[in-house]
Amino acid sequence: MSGSRELILGNIRKGLRRGALSGDALADCAERLAAPRPNLIPARAAALDHAGQLALFVQMASEAAALVHRVEAAAEVPALVAGIVDAAALPRQLVCAPAAAIAGLDWQGAGLQAQARAARQGDRVSVTPAFAGIAETGTLMLLSGAHSPTSLNFLPDLHIVVLSATRVLASYEEAFALWRRESAGEVPRTINLITGPSRSADIEQKLQMGAHGPIQLHIVLLGA
Amino acid sequence: MQLTSPDFPRNAAHALHDAALQRALGNLKAGFPGKRAAAVARLPEFEALRDLGRDLKNHIIEHLDYYLEQFEASVQRQGGQVHWARDAEEARAIILGICQRAGAKTVTKGKSMVSEEIGLNEHLAAHGIEPIETDLGEYIIQLRGEHPSHIIAPAIHVNLDQVSDAFHQHHQQYGKHERQTEPRALMNEAREILRDKFLRADVGITGANFCIAETGQTVIVTNEGNGDLTQLLPRVHIAITSIEKVVPTLEDAATFIRLLARSATGQEISVYTTFSAGGRRAEDLDGPEEFHVVLLDNGRSQMVGGEQQDMLRCIRCSACMNHCPVYGAIGGHAYGWVYPGPMGSVLTPQLVGIEHAAHLPNASTFCGRCESVCPVRIPLPRLLRNWRAREFERHLTPQGYRFGLRAWAWLTRRPALYCGLTRLGARLLRWLGGRSRRIRSLPLAGGWSAWRDMPAPQGRTFQALWAERQRAAGMEGKR
Ligand code: SF4
Repeated sequence: MSGSRELILGNIRKGLRRGALSGDALADCAERLAAPRPNLIPARAAALDHAGQLALFVQMASEAAALVHRVEAAAEVPALVAGIVDAAALPRQLVCAPAAAIAGLDWQGAGLQAQARAARQGDRVSVTPAFAGIAETGTLMLLSGAHSPTSLNFLPDLHIVVLSATRVLASYEEAFALWRRESAGEVPRTINLITGPSRSADIEQKLQMGAHGPIQLHIVLLGA
Repeated sequence: MQLTSPDFPRNAAHALHDAALQRALGNLKAGFPGKRAAAVARLPEFEALRDLGRDLKNHIIEHLDYYLEQFEASVQRQGGQVHWARDAEEARAIILGICQRAGAKTVTKGKSMVSEEIGLNEHLAAHGIEPIETDLGEYIIQLRGEHPSHIIAPAIHVNLDQVSDAFHQHHQQYGKHERQTEPRALMNEAREILRDKFLRADVGITGANFCIAETGQTVIVTNEGNGDLTQLLPRVHIAITSIEKVVPTLEDAATFIRLLARSATGQEISVYTTFSAGGRRAEDLDGPEEFHVVLLDNGRSQMVGGEQQDMLRCIRCSACMNHCPVYGAIGGHAYGWVYPGPMGSVLTPQLVGIEHAAHLPNASTFCGRCESVCPVRIPLPRLLRNWRAREFERHLTPQGYRFGLRAWAWLTRRPALYCGLTRLGARLLRWLGGRSRRIRSLPLAGGWSAWRDMPAPQGRTFQALWAERQRAAGMEGKR
């Protein structure tokens, strides 16, 4: 109801003892939106060099119960994934993101059956690309799109994320800035920040992994 | 949700004698405060971030109209729709309308306190639409026919055997006849049953911790991933939230993200922080086709510029209740409405009227732990005191209590009389304490001394002791 919109905005303005925002105040707020600035960024990751940030990323992700693997080259990823799937005693099948960097890998060569599509009920394993990694908390940033459907991040039991070591950044703010530079203002339907596998402590405050999302989160750090 | 705040004294007495509840509350006290303290100790910038969080929220509130309009425009740019709801009734009608247009039979729900505030589940059910809570805690209490007793751990009052009972009773219909008693097995059973519900639902309803004006995104923060499945799989996604959740930019959201999980569960960050904008893009392979944001006011816009304005800074982390001795003793249900603990005692009188919630601001010793942990530095004790003053003005305070306050005020303005009477009182109490120096039963405070002895004072007033120390110090100085 448009009446409510006007009523709510009117109440706010009455409380602030002014009309619609104008003048310098308006310009300041508009500037804040047009050219977003970081606020305080903790030194924890920002003060480190890139090698230090990588080490911190691995430490923090592991603390959040993600399992981190390191490989030199993309070509090694399928064999590593085959090992993960075998260790979990799952059939050698997976769904992967259509992104060329993932779907284009030689899955068959590693004895894996891979389908590039969105996830469906019953899928056990997925492989997706990460947009960036955030060292401060061991967090992955994933963007949705035809190249990487969001359902792959949530429906399968075992989620494997491939992250290039060069894209491990210090902070959320650096990752947002990188996204702004590379996306030219195109906002994807979904941006996921993921830190470890799904969990819940809703039964007697006892933490259990694998509530509704993946039970295991594997991070394959590429070129490390 | 039925308001039982007027019965607070009875609710509280009941809660204190509820052995199962007391056991469950023990888990809370053993968990959250220690985890928060450890997380805070790991981040040297935490106190500076709290200052920033406070200042940022103040900036937002002072420009709330502007940021809301910008948020609306951004959502529209992403192909979503914004609906403004002045009160609970309007919000319910908007959501029901969207569900009905979508031909919805079942609706999955991510955890949302605003949805509790507007009584959405009852409304949908009354119109033939089945709401299914998917957060494990919310699911448990929905099966038990209850409401949340905590804003982030809704089933904190429920014990393992009670979860076991609820699942055993309600999961028979899905062919689950065996009774599960382990947390792991119980969670797996819920995971399996809810998976099917996610896939079948016509509409998914989530809350939003933040609304980003810059990008038109709503943000949810969860550990289970249920909110994500809720908003991802159905054809329509509705985010229900309230007007004060808007923040200018992604960078501003990052500041609050650093404060939120640490203050709540002591995590560095929650497992899933998800930003949603608009419906699925033309080339997307999944995601909802429609995206709606319902912005609820329900009295909040009238707090702007008023003496309770600071409450609008709240980011719903739950630290205040996790550290509150009153909440820890009686749990959340006793407060009698949606929001419990210190933040609830400030908010409930605002949202339902002080005449229905006059007990809540009085259920506090003003110990100040809530304010000392609040990530956005809300002066909760001061806001509670404001309510007490309003209550007194409006003659909502009981007669005996008012008389007592008047008498006290009269006495304290007569120092000589006050000194004389307190000197007498201190001596009397010392005498009552006898050899054991403990007072077993106090006149006019039998309820208090029924459970504990009062240590007897040593016989002299604070003022007398103070004066003596000052004199002694003065002599030291001269020597
Ligand atoms: S009042 Fe402060 S401590 Fe309490 S829930 Fe709100 S933000 Fe958290």
